[in-house]
Amino acid sequence: MRATDFTIAGALTALEEGAISAEELTRAHVAGIEALNPRLNAYVTVTAEQAIEAAQASDARRAKGEAGPLDGIPLAIKDLFCTEGVRTTAASRILHNFVPPYESTVTTQLKRDGAVFLGKANLDEFAMGSSNLTSAYGAVQNPWNRRNDPDTVLVPGGSSGGSAAAVAARLALGATGTDTGGSIRQPAAFCGVAGIKPTYGRCSRFGIVAFASSLDQAGPFARTVEDCAVLLRSMSGFDPKDSTSAEVAVPDFRAACGRSVKGLRIGVPKEYRLDGLAPEITALWEQGLAWLRDAGAEIVEISLPHAQYALPTYYIVAPAEASSNLARYDGVRFGLREDGRDLKDLYEKTRAAGFGAEVKRRIMIGTYVLSAGYYDAYYLKAQKIRALIARDFTEAYQKVDAIVTPATPSAAFAEGENTDDPVTMYLNDIFTVTANLAGLPGLSVPAGLDAQGLPLGLQVLGRSFDEETVFAVGSAIERAAAFTARPRVMA
Amino acid sequence: MSLDTATVRRVASLARLHVDDAEVAKLQAELNGILGWIEQLQAVNTDGVEPMAGGAVTSGAMRLREDVITDGGIPEKVLANAPDREGEYFGVPKVVE
Repeated sequence: MRATDFTIAGALTALEEGAISAEELTRAHVAGIEALNPRLNAYVTVTAEQAIEAAQASDARRAKGEAGPLDGIPLAIKDLFCTEGVRTTAASRILHNFVPPYESTVTTQLKRDGAVFLGKANLDEFAMGSSNLTSAYGAVQNPWNRRNDPDTVLVPGGSSGGSAAAVAARLALGATGTDTGGSIRQPAAFCGVAGIKPTYGRCSRFGIVAFASSLDQAGPFARTVEDCAVLLRSMSGFDPKDSTSAEVAVPDFRAACGRSVKGLRIGVPKEYRLDGLAPEITALWEQGLAWLRDAGAEIVEISLPHAQYALPTYYIVAPAEASSNLARYDGVRFGLREDGRDLKDLYEKTRAAGFGAEVKRRIMIGTYVLSAGYYDAYYLKAQKIRALIARDFTEAYQKVDAIVTPATPSAAFAEGENTDDPVTMYLNDIFTVTANLAGLPGLSVPAGLDAQGLPLGLQVLGRSFDEETVFAVGSAIERAAAFTARPRVMA
Repeated sequence: MSLDTATVRRVASLARLHVDDAEVAKLQAELNGILGWIEQLQAVNTDGVEPMAGGAVTSGAMRLREDVITDGGIPEKVLANAPDREGEYFGVPKVVE
């Protein structure tokens, strides 16, 4: 077996048994990155030397019997997490030279548990996008291709496109991502890997470059649901440095993967049966529900009457928060500076040169909806509809234990498709964005292939702080799907 | 609501974004496209609904920490990424004549 092909659970066993060393595991991944990253562009920054040193230190810890729960596991870190001494760009020109003097809480905890960081994964600029095409450091290639059109390059999804592509192409055993409207679940589905956005407040946001603070949540990518559970346990937990961090115990997510779904009630939102939904997506969804029924779950139709308003609500709330969060990039304290004739001119020129088109668009929308005279009509209205969307879920969860939907309305698309109109691109997040607005956990699990041989994912949504049921249902789908297809481009 | 070019320029100024004349028309079309799509929200009845602030339904009042100094004395770290500095200060163009 190739060292890059391990699951995290399998690698931890092999490390413990001495079948492989952390250094061998890391070197195999570094070699894969050297060979394939020039093509895939999944990493913005590769930290090969630090990774090998960290792996050697991990081997030394294990030899002394002091190995942590993730010791020696090589990971990709989305370049939105501040890493002390390692450049953190948010895939923006405005942070092209930013070297954080501190470490994010999530990456601190991963290091505490022994993980090895291979480098910083590419993303849409400031995590704004569903294609990874908005990165200032170039697009990421999806390692998958269409069966009868293998030369057309497909997008990995976004915003955590580099993380998903790296895990799919065996350039990391797992990765961190962030999800504000679907930025973990959509790229996971496009790249045929698993990814979970936990409940808002589960993972600390401290040290993660902020996009929309009431929606942003960190979460893991991996090639199995169980591996996501292992990573999420290390990433989670109360952090006094994040005022929205939840003071709740972190359960053993891995154990929850083995739970039976017998007797669970699985909700199917009737509003998600969209006109014009691709027949393959509908078929996969029905198949997923049939698998769960076979495993003893009961399928229950539910209603989320305000779900249809989730995307336009999101496109008020997220840009409003982004316009405020991104005000800090002014060319004074860190990042890019373009000189101007006075301070305001310096700000305006710096921001015009530093931000890409999609980021500017969202800052403009956000500034407009928060501006005097429009606040009530847009922002306050959106916050009220957000409350109604959350209430829909609260009522649904009185009848069901989890909800299953498609993860995305289509498989991965090519650069140039979907990109001419911003609103068309935004529709990618139609199934995922409600969970962000309501603050609920959502998992994407690979469940099948479309006619072109591209991966498709199903999404499992759960109650607040009930990731355990989400992992149980996701694992049941994973077992039944027996997804063994592999991308064309792989280390 | 449709944005005219003057509003686009005003919003860009509020957002401290320099926009060229050529960009104004493009932004105007894109923003109007997005705002037109968002307009559907006005049809939702939200009478008597409390706006949801924050990221979770359960989130009540924000937690407050003790009002004590927990950090400081690290000017080199604070200034490490400064594009321009003078001593222990950030450097900017002259603000007051």
